[in-house]
Amino acid sequence: MTNKQPFEEVVSQHGRTVLRVCRAVLGSADADDAWSETFLSALKAYPQLPVDANVEAWLVTIAHRKAIDVTRGSARRPIPLAEMPPGPARDGADDRDLDLPGSLAALPEKQRFAVVYHYLGGLPYGEVAAIIGGSVEASRRAAADGIANLRKARGTIQ
Amino acid sequence: MNTRHRDTDVSDLIGGSAPVTGSELRILHDALAAQAESAGLLDVAYRTLDTTVGTLLLAATSIGLVRVAYEREGLDTVLEGLATKVSARILSAPKRLDDTARQLDEYFAGRRHRFDLPVDLSLSAGFRRTVLTYLPVIPYGQTASYGAVAAAVNNPKAVRAVGTACATNPLPLIIPCHRVIRSDGLAGSYLGGPETKRQLLELEATA
Repeated sequence: MTNKQPFEEVVSQHGRTVLRVCRAVLGSADADDAWSETFLSALKAYPQLPVDANVEAWLVTIAHRKAIDVTRGSARRPIPLAEMPPGPARDGADDRDLDLPGSLAALPEKQRFAVVYHYLGGLPYGEVAAIIGGSVEASRRAAADGIANLRKARGTIQ
Repeated sequence: MNTRHRDTDVSDLIGGSAPVTGSELRILHDALAAQAESAGLLDVAYRTLDTTVGTLLLAATSIGLVRVAYEREGLDTVLEGLATKVSARILSAPKRLDDTARQLDEYFAGRRHRFDLPVDLSLSAGFRRTVLTYLPVIPYGQTASYGAVAAAVNNPKAVRAVGTACATNPLPLIIPCHRVIRSDGLAGSYLGGPETKRQLLELEATA
């Protein structure tokens, strides 16, 4: 393809995958905001994106940055309502309780990212490594360990 | 590598992750379009409109209406053309085209004889643009020949070029190239097809 496709096409082709990725790394409560921020940033940068770029990898990379912002609390946090008691009211493994789907919540962050970006985002390990850092081999291992842990948690032997 | 099988397998392992529904995506899409508009990032907004001459695609920049296209032009092809020639920051966002849609509805109902809309003529240049700028002078319900238009824009020999200007009009209906006909009185060709041209002239003759 020599010409850049209309951004509407980008949303309709990749919107579903990006939402699944956001839900898997952030939980459904924060996923919608992360999705919107991802596509708004993408729209802004779209004219500069090379025509031959892997659009899905690009979007997942942006989504990852948004997810990091949310989990690290460096982005806006939800403003606590006045009547809510201060301090941690919910328990969770992270400093913030993400309502992650199923057993994903139990995975160490690196394994969770590797599993989600490779299996849900469809990215090759080279792209996964570029997003989460470390070597390609380390990403492959993190994903494999993550899958093994998920299987263990599920109690299935496959 | 059996990726598909592994995907399903892993989705199953992740479990509890509800499938993404079309309506969830639509809500997110529409919110994105609204955010893009207020952030000044929506270079081209578009929508479709069902009319008595088929489905039309309407597209507008922040300057004004930039494209009206008939279905037979291929809506995907038209969007790709806009991405290349105007900007790839394109989203389906009907709000910017509310007024255009309303005026077109009134036109097809015979209740509107002229359009009052800001237009963006950036898809047309040179002599073609000169011709298009002239065409709204031809009143509703009347016609002019290609030759007469050529003469009116001080280029009486440019009859064929007037034809080309009409054939490449980015804003048919709004810029009334359907009112330009052959000197023998036949309607002649049209972006929306000759039958549509006859239909429009008939509408304007009776309304």
